[in-house]
Amino acid sequence: MQTVQPRSLPLRLPRVRPGGVLPILAILAVLLVLVGIRQPDFLAPQSLMSFLGRSAPIILLAAGQYFVIVSGEFDLSVGSLVTAQVVVAARLIDSDPARTWPVVLLLLAFGALVGLVNGLITTRLRVPSFITTLGMFLILVGAVYLWSDGAPKGGLSEEFRRFGRRAFEDVPVLGRVPYALLVLVVLAVAAVLLMRSDFGRTLVAVGDNPRTAELSGVRVWRTRTFAFILSGLAAAVAAILLGGYSGVSFQAGAGLEFGAITAVVLGGVALGGGRGAVVGAMLGALTLELLFALMNFYGVSGALRSTVQGGIILLAVAVSATRSSSR
Amino acid sequence: MAAIAAVTLLSLTACATDEPAASPSGSASAATGSGTGDQSKFFVQADYDAELALLDAAPTGPADKPWEQVLNPTMVDTAKFKKNGPHKICFSNAALNNPWRQVGFKTMQAEVEAQKSRIKEFVHVDAEGKDQKQIADINDLLGKGCDALIVSPNTTATLTPAVEAACKAGLPVVVFDRGVNTKCPVTFINPIGGYGFGHVGAEFVSQKMKPGGKVLALRILPGVDVLETRWSAAKVAFDKAKVDVVGVEFTDGDPAKTKKIVDDYIQRYGTIDGVWMDAGAVAVAAVEAFQDAGKPVPPMNGEDQLDFLKIWKDKKLTAIAPTYPTYQWRTPIIAALRILDGQQVSSPWKLPQPTVTQDNLDQYLDAGMPPLHYAMCGCTDLPGYPQRWK
Repeated sequence: MQTVQPRSLPLRLPRVRPGGVLPILAILAVLLVLVGIRQPDFLAPQSLMSFLGRSAPIILLAAGQYFVIVSGEFDLSVGSLVTAQVVVAARLIDSDPARTWPVVLLLLAFGALVGLVNGLITTRLRVPSFITTLGMFLILVGAVYLWSDGAPKGGLSEEFRRFGRRAFEDVPVLGRVPYALLVLVVLAVAAVLLMRSDFGRTLVAVGDNPRTAELSGVRVWRTRTFAFILSGLAAAVAAILLGGYSGVSFQAGAGLEFGAITAVVLGGVALGGGRGAVVGAMLGALTLELLFALMNFYGVSGALRSTVQGGIILLAVAVSATRSSSR
Repeated sequence: MAAIAAVTLLSLTACATDEPAASPSGSASAATGSGTGDQSKFFVQADYDAELALLDAAPTGPADKPWEQVLNPTMVDTAKFKKNGPHKICFSNAALNNPWRQVGFKTMQAEVEAQKSRIKEFVHVDAEGKDQKQIADINDLLGKGCDALIVSPNTTATLTPAVEAACKAGLPVVVFDRGVNTKCPVTFINPIGGYGFGHVGAEFVSQKMKPGGKVLALRILPGVDVLETRWSAAKVAFDKAKVDVVGVEFTDGDPAKTKKIVDDYIQRYGTIDGVWMDAGAVAVAAVEAFQDAGKPVPPMNGEDQLDFLKIWKDKKLTAIAPTYPTYQWRTPIIAALRILDGQQVSSPWKLPQPTVTQDNLDQYLDAGMPPLHYAMCGCTDLPGYPQRWK
């Protein structure tokens, strides 16, 4: 029966562009409906705003991870980088409000530095990024432990914590707009603009085919290193928001690297690079958080979250692999 | 395609969870009615009864020095350990990996300094929370000419043979905090214990909360005896008070995770009417979760960490703080010196375990000390106070 049979065009589903954001929007919409059925209160502006504020760090990390993944690499170090930043911030600020801004700047510089080191080791020493960033992950975990004797010291000032904890009160209609949400919106817009610039196109081209990019005059190593720096910076901002939200914690960043990678994959970005949109990655993170919220409303144990994440990664990669091979 | 797949995944999870929705926590079973689940296998009724009786017992010893007091003393003879000083005292420490142990160890160091005319050398080895390292540490210390050995064991069963080997070496051994399964040490020092801690908090929460309200129980991790006893005593109290325990969750002692868990429960149930926890490290995170959600903070227990005492006073919480006093780190040094003098000591050496209540809160709240300091350190008369603890 497998004769040459012209496919009946009218019956074909609208073809979804690979790497587009339509699928993730559809999943998000379905989840919103499910949440609305189970817990209608959740969709009230007040609780929705607070949900978005709480999700800001993981969304930013997903954006940072997107830059690295779309250029064809991985960054497994972001979770431990977040933890390190929070612990360092607490020790340096030591509850002294005057040290808030210098420490914020230091954290950003530290994040960028870790990204730079990750990038240079990956591109110049040709160590696979999986190994580079895994090594960085372990180095940071050990260094934090050593530096703090295994127990957090000092404390974060209220001024530092307000970024992740406070909000503009009494905003018309919305109620309470968390600072974290504003930080997110500003940085999300910046990320989208960056991806529309020459740099963004180069980044995707590098991930799609580094050889071709190299031959057409792109300095691949520089582009990729810059992607790692962006990921480090995203981790620094996420650390500031997370530290603000929950205070000093040795597990502030535990597992965030996998959350970010899951979000990116869920957002339709191809592992291996070259395909996908930064908006997709950020929507992926939002969808993941919404899925966890839904699981919570249904009383699913929090312990299942990592299982669900693993399932999503495997499923999404498998789906995208079948799709691209059938192209 | 990805959408369909994800929705399938979601509906699978949703199906799997329809049933426990009535009793949400994985660890809570509906069978007992109050949601507290099965009793911990660490629960020993006789120990529980004994500890609860100790809560009301009158201690012997100087009232202003609870670290020298003993509840129901049974003295043992130590004449055979009598030795001329000054002494070399060695200490094998399980870990320094949490603020409680940090404060405790500083207190112990200060006690050593206060006794410096009688102690020529104090050797401290940190096992970094590893059983194997501590076994090796104890073995090493036996070859170092210590006059007395103090051990704070990392885990009970695994360290028992190492402590037995130390006893056989002939030097006096003092064990404190967590215990070992042998009577060979000269004495074992610890406060009343976990049942007392858990009971005090649970009884307060069930009495103060609105009748029929929902309680969330926060535990650090399962399987550690001192923490299991706290929870098992709380479970008995909650079952007796017929309180609706809607969740028993593990926080790993982490504020970030705690805040998320408490927030999840507030979102799921609209409100929570009481919070019990087996250790105070995450108390402030739990309070913040209610504040940030715009909900009143329900009756709860914490511990004697200053961040919690401060927020308790500032926000006028309905709270209580049972303690596992850090002053117990002074006692082993005092005990070791008494043993080396040939004086009788009590074995076991049960220390009183005070509770911070609304009435005595001001007495323990010292605004000058750092947030992670423990009020019950009994350290204000020691050399280097307060700088050493900052």
